[in-house]
Amino acid sequence: MSGFGGFLLRRALGAVITLFVVSVIVYVVFYATPGDVAQITCGPRCSPEQVHQVARQLNLDDPLHLRYWHFLQGLFIGQDFSTGTSVEHCTAPCLGQSYQSGRQVLDIIATKLPVSLSLVLGAMVVWLVLGVGTGVLSAWRRGRLSERVLTAVTLAGTATPVFVIGLVLMIVVCGELQLLPFPQYVNLTDDPEQWAWNLLLPWLSLALIEAAAFARLTRAAMLETLAEDHIRTFRAYGVGERAVVGRHALRGALAPVIALNANNVGSAVGGAVLTETLFGLPGIGQELVHAVKVVDLPVVVGMVLVIGFFVVLANAVADVLYAVADRRVVLA
Amino acid sequence: MSLVEVTDLSVGFGSLRAVDGLSFTLAEGAALALVGESGSGKSTVAGALLGLHRGTGARVTGSVRVAGTDVRHASDEELRRLRGARAAMVFQDPLSSLDPYYAVGDQIAEVHRVHTRVSRRAARARAVEVLDRVGIPDAARRARSRPHEFSGGMRQRALIAMALACGPDLLIADEPTTALDVTVQAQILDLLHTLREETGMGLLLVTHDVGVAAESVDDVLVMRHGRAVEYGPAGSVLAAPAQAYTRELLDAVPRVDARRTGSPAAAGEVVLEATGVRREFGRGKRRFAAVDDVSLTVRRGETLGVVGESGSGKTTLGRMLVGLLEPTAGGIRYAGRPHTGVDPAVQMVFQDPVSSLNPRRGVGESIADPLRAGGERDEQRIRERVTGLLERVGLDRAHYDRYPHEFSGGQRQRIGIARALAAEPRVIVCDEPVSALDVTTQAQVVALLGELQRELGLALVFIAHDLAVVRQVSDRVAVMRRGRLVEYGPADEVYDSPREAYTRQLLAAVPALDPELAARRRAARGEPAAV
Repeated sequence: MSGFGGFLLRRALGAVITLFVVSVIVYVVFYATPGDVAQITCGPRCSPEQVHQVARQLNLDDPLHLRYWHFLQGLFIGQDFSTGTSVEHCTAPCLGQSYQSGRQVLDIIATKLPVSLSLVLGAMVVWLVLGVGTGVLSAWRRGRLSERVLTAVTLAGTATPVFVIGLVLMIVVCGELQLLPFPQYVNLTDDPEQWAWNLLLPWLSLALIEAAAFARLTRAAMLETLAEDHIRTFRAYGVGERAVVGRHALRGALAPVIALNANNVGSAVGGAVLTETLFGLPGIGQELVHAVKVVDLPVVVGMVLVIGFFVVLANAVADVLYAVADRRVVLA
Repeated sequence: MSLVEVTDLSVGFGSLRAVDGLSFTLAEGAALALVGESGSGKSTVAGALLGLHRGTGARVTGSVRVAGTDVRHASDEELRRLRGARAAMVFQDPLSSLDPYYAVGDQIAEVHRVHTRVSRRAARARAVEVLDRVGIPDAARRARSRPHEFSGGMRQRALIAMALACGPDLLIADEPTTALDVTVQAQILDLLHTLREETGMGLLLVTHDVGVAAESVDDVLVMRHGRAVEYGPAGSVLAAPAQAYTRELLDAVPRVDARRTGSPAAAGEVVLEATGVRREFGRGKRRFAAVDDVSLTVRRGETLGVVGESGSGKTTLGRMLVGLLEPTAGGIRYAGRPHTGVDPAVQMVFQDPVSSLNPRRGVGESIADPLRAGGERDEQRIRERVTGLLERVGLDRAHYDRYPHEFSGGQRQRIGIARALAAEPRVIVCDEPVSALDVTTQAQVVALLGELQRELGLALVFIAHDLAVVRQVSDRVAVMRRGRLVEYGPADEVYDSPREAYTRQLLAAVPALDPELAARRRAARGEPAAV
């Protein structure tokens, strides 16, 4: 794998450029947003002097390029913030300080990210097992009753919004049957067992919807590979149906599954807002929505960069997996 | 007891009867060829021997016994034990018949382990052994390669190795050499012959190529529309066919040793001229010249044949002549002036009539394209001209609004020719125009090209890998190898007294229609070398 180092280097460089461009766009968009940021930050009952002071303190009157320059400075060499009475230093890489709470953005991310990752990675396992499994099964049993039922169920799954599934699950499992307490986020490091139990319902409700898409994709890809010539070869050599489907057909159907998974994982890190809100999980998505509402620019930029980073990372991982699954693929 | 006994076999798909009341037997260790054109049902018979139609909705009647197993009534488990172990199949397309994701050796080992309870290690060793036997060099290392790392000939050898893995009594080979070059084809046929002598297994060969059958089998069964036309020893069926259809089929086969019939064209002035053309592809270390220093001329009213094996650069040369590719060096002149970019006067007919027509447009519209490109706007005149062209190439004017999938391969190629004619060209470059067609259809298309040439005074460049077809149509021939012109001269001179060793080697690899001559040639070629 002599090209592997080069591949990683090119990918890392690509990621840096992507994230840089994303941060510029976010700055421009938020700069152009109508509404008085200082007024919103200070609160509705602030006097004009107080609003003015806030604006000065947060450098809101500076021109766009200067504010972006400060942001870059913070990122590479650190930055000092005045809190009115004292000066607080934020070491590089510094994503800035929340207008609202005054907390450092990096600290906010550090508390929110584990929640989002717990939710997304756990749900990923569930949707892969459920989705790919269902897809393989329905491709294999094509035309029979069991396949038709599975197809109907996955179609219903795609069409149901997450809050419906989540609410139903909560009402039935936690309310009626009382099998689980209503979910409440517990840190993995505090209590792994409680962490898993409490995340079970969020995992299921996020995964059920995604699984439907995976099932349909896997089914289509499997049917395509099952019609290929090399499948006929192994059947004609007396290889059992289980090995033909499980080993030869599934392997050929994995590529699109890998691609879709990369997309879903990447975007779900910041995009599972509904699930987070419904189950009261303090994740990235919820925080981002809140920050956008109050025009808390440093938090928005920080969150967007984190999400962008995970999208790029997930796609790079997918490319490596492609090459592992299919030796004809050259990483470049 | 016979190895294969087929009695009154019929196979139907929907309303189509692919095989209709076919009976034949194959003795232990004997070899039989099923010969027929596409759609004759020969591959369906091959599949029926292994019960491959089970569960596909095909209706199979009659009796099929293979190596003591009643294929129609056997349980799934009995059928599974027959497949691969007693009767093994070599498929037509070696590119797609192996799983691209696994090493070749592992795939052979997997098949071996299905039928024998040996360890993974022993199965791998067996895979290396059979790969070595079929002539894969450095088999132990190459067993770890994936199919895409093999050449076409090596893939076909690997498929034969897979068939050998369990030591079957019967080898079913479905068009095993159709996708291969003529020299590689000869090697594969020689290999099958040697293996049969060594192991004593029976061979059922399915082919559209009478020459391939003559090279390889004892008996021939000629099929048409799912029925047997003629069945008997290869020598007598091919030398003295009793049925009219067999004679027709044999007559349509182009002979490499027969001079061109019909008057040689009175060659006019030079219309197309290539001087020292070279075309490179790739960059840096991967840079290579697909065509290197080729000079030739094409005269009005004559046919220049270009032959070569795959990778010899003949298609690249053809595309440069038409102006679809720019030469890296050297120049192309049309009618005395430099020829850059495409010119309506130089048209092309492509190899694959399926993929070179837009499946979502009526064929009339496709033929009209060159007219519209030439600035014609009058719909009435376009339609008249196109229907005229359709009739000129032997199709019906009512075909204007039909779609490509409604036509047979030969008809599609006629559509391709009509499209090339639409621009009123003076030169047509035909890239493998008949290689996807059956021999009888091939003969018709070749005849059509000849007619058009005489009538319109066209200059033709006929690119093909089939030496016999090229001889049949060409006044002069250019033999290409690795991008260079190996031999270039009048067709009869090149074929009857070739100057270059490579040309002689190519000619010696062409299958002979006479089984005795084939046997003599095989002895002269000796033990196959790896490709």
